Amino acid sequence: MELTGWGRYPRLKAEALKFEDQAALQEKLDRAAGGGKGLIVHAQGRSYGDSSLSGEVVLTDRFRDVLEFDPQTGFLVCESGLTLAEIIQAFLPRGWFPSTTPGTKYITVGGAIASDVHGKNHHRVGTFTQSVEWLDLMVDRDRVLRCSREENGELFRATCGGMGLTGIILRAGLKLAPLPSAYIREKIVLTRNLEETFQVFEENREAPYSMAWIDCLVGEPLLGRAVLNLGWPKERGRLVLPPEPRLNVPVDFPGFVLNRLSMAIFNRLNYAYARQGPRFRVRHLEGFFYPLDSILNWNRMYGRGGFTQYQFVLPKETSLEGLRTVMGRIASSGLGANLGVLKLLGPANDNLLSFPLEGYTLALDFKIQEGLFPLLDELDRIVADLGGRIYLTKDVRMKPEIFRKGYPNWEKFVELRHKLGLEERFQSLQSKRLGV
Amino acid sequence: MMRLLILGANSDIALAAARKFAQGAKMDLILASRGVERLEKKARDLELRFNVQAQTVFFDALDHSSHRAFYDSLEPKPDAVLLAFGYGGHQKRAQAEFEEVQRIVETNYLGAVSILEIIATDFEARGRGAIMAISSVAGERGRKANYAYGASKAALTAFLSGLRNRLFGSGVRVVTILPGFVKTKMTEGMDLPGPLAAEPDKVGGDIFKAYRGSRDVIYTPFIWRPIMTAIKALPELLFKRLSI
Repeated sequence: MELTGWGRYPRLKAEALKFEDQAALQEKLDRAAGGGKGLIVHAQGRSYGDSSLSGEVVLTDRFRDVLEFDPQTGFLVCESGLTLAEIIQAFLPRGWFPSTTPGTKYITVGGAIASDVHGKNHHRVGTFTQSVEWLDLMVDRDRVLRCSREENGELFRATCGGMGLTGIILRAGLKLAPLPSAYIREKIVLTRNLEETFQVFEENREAPYSMAWIDCLVGEPLLGRAVLNLGWPKERGRLVLPPEPRLNVPVDFPGFVLNRLSMAIFNRLNYAYARQGPRFRVRHLEGFFYPLDSILNWNRMYGRGGFTQYQFVLPKETSLEGLRTVMGRIASSGLGANLGVLKLLGPANDNLLSFPLEGYTLALDFKIQEGLFPLLDELDRIVADLGGRIYLTKDVRMKPEIFRKGYPNWEKFVELRHKLGLEERFQSLQSKRLGV
Repeated sequence: MMRLLILGANSDIALAAARKFAQGAKMDLILASRGVERLEKKARDLELRFNVQAQTVFFDALDHSSHRAFYDSLEPKPDAVLLAFGYGGHQKRAQAEFEEVQRIVETNYLGAVSILEIIATDFEARGRGAIMAISSVAGERGRKANYAYGASKAALTAFLSGLRNRLFGSGVRVVTILPGFVKTKMTEGMDLPGPLAAEPDKVGGDIFKAYRGSRDVIYTPFIWRPIMTAIKALPELLFKRLSI
């Protein structure tokens, strides 16, 4: 079957293994080992780049049962193919929600662990795996290891954020967070430049949720102007599920639909909406957390050639300087990064390859086009020199030296893979490109 | 508490429907199938997700003589039934081996008639209930690609129509569900027309909507209604020349 990540670039013909239980997986893995190709799990295909692509992939969409749930504590045990959308559907009505969630709920628990995803509350609660107490990891067909902070601790820290390269995550035990209602009280603040944007983030550190839409098309003096969305869970309100999404992008849009101009209009509209001082509104958490999930297959808007989302983080000390340089360079390149999302992250955790560190992270979409990769290489060097790193879940083209500079624990990760004999067995296009 | 009996509960469509009924109507579930072991795990999943009761029972659609004892053993009786078992069969094999045709008909038609007559009589006596059965658009017109299967589903569709006619005014509803191509275990490996192939969740949701609504016959996804209207309207003189 033809596979792509969420960015729909690159495309790859791959053999796909489906399984419904551990025994069936073991049986199929035997054959896979004979094939000698590196395996990687491809779950919902929501990581943007090539991290879930390989000549041979394991599909987990038939492996998604809930195995245990404690309604007193919110502790959930499930198979790795269960999606956050299903968790929300089942447990939101009873007052439980994932401890953190990225901008889409159509990802699996296994994927959330492998990418160690973060969300609007990172500055308060950290990453997804900080809610994970243990996981069962299949390192080869006859060996499943229970990993937690206490048991196989190094393997646990390598697997959380390890991009599926330490084995197949089968099951996980994790804590959901209590939720008082399905509504968020949202404060929207408009800023005029980057300094002001940073200032509002800092002033609102106590807000449980924060992120900003940032205008990536303007230069100085407006560079860095943004619309900040701050959120507090509403204490009183009903625990109701959102309606099912209705909008779909059924086919690839031709390239011109989302050209620079149309995205500029989109960004300005968003900006104009929040023009008159801080505004408050109450909205369902669906619209607050997942604005793009309401349009199924929105990735097709970038046309058949695909797109990439460039996401990096800079330490706080270098964030202002770094973002000015990077955003100025993007604006002048005219390659039109359309949609910018900025967020102040909290402290890093001790997982070997987790992305977040204390500072500002910026994510922007680029349509795949002539001249893009040289620009991104240039940005990579700026980011790496300032002590930052690129998010592996979004990456599709980073050079190995940038990876090694940004993720100083890479060596430990490679050693662990070697020690357990995993480097041949589990590979992705990304791991081969980065030399992991 | 309302109870839904699902016959052939291991199928992808059946489990998708089970989730919708459990979530949307908080119905308790009686899951019946031959593969009880796998079903146990699915029942537990449904219970944990939706806070309903889900029990499993052994049921073999082909063992017609066991059907009365099976239904008698259910206590309390269900308020609604979804018949979801079916055997796709292999058209080429069916042309060469009569046993394949027998298995198709004995599952899809005779198996359904055998158990549904028992249930219909009970529902009729109680003066209420809903009988939903999954037939197929393949039963709307025989095609060379799958006419053995199609003929068994045509018989089922006609049976359901007659049953609905008989039970009219008794308080018992009969709903005929006509799915098009669905991405399930049955169709795995088949070359489905991409844009027309539906997810089991979509079909499960449509079945639940039909239960809540008042239609007698539903196509799922809905696009199959105009498609089949067109296909049925083609004159045989033309249709026999086509490869569709």
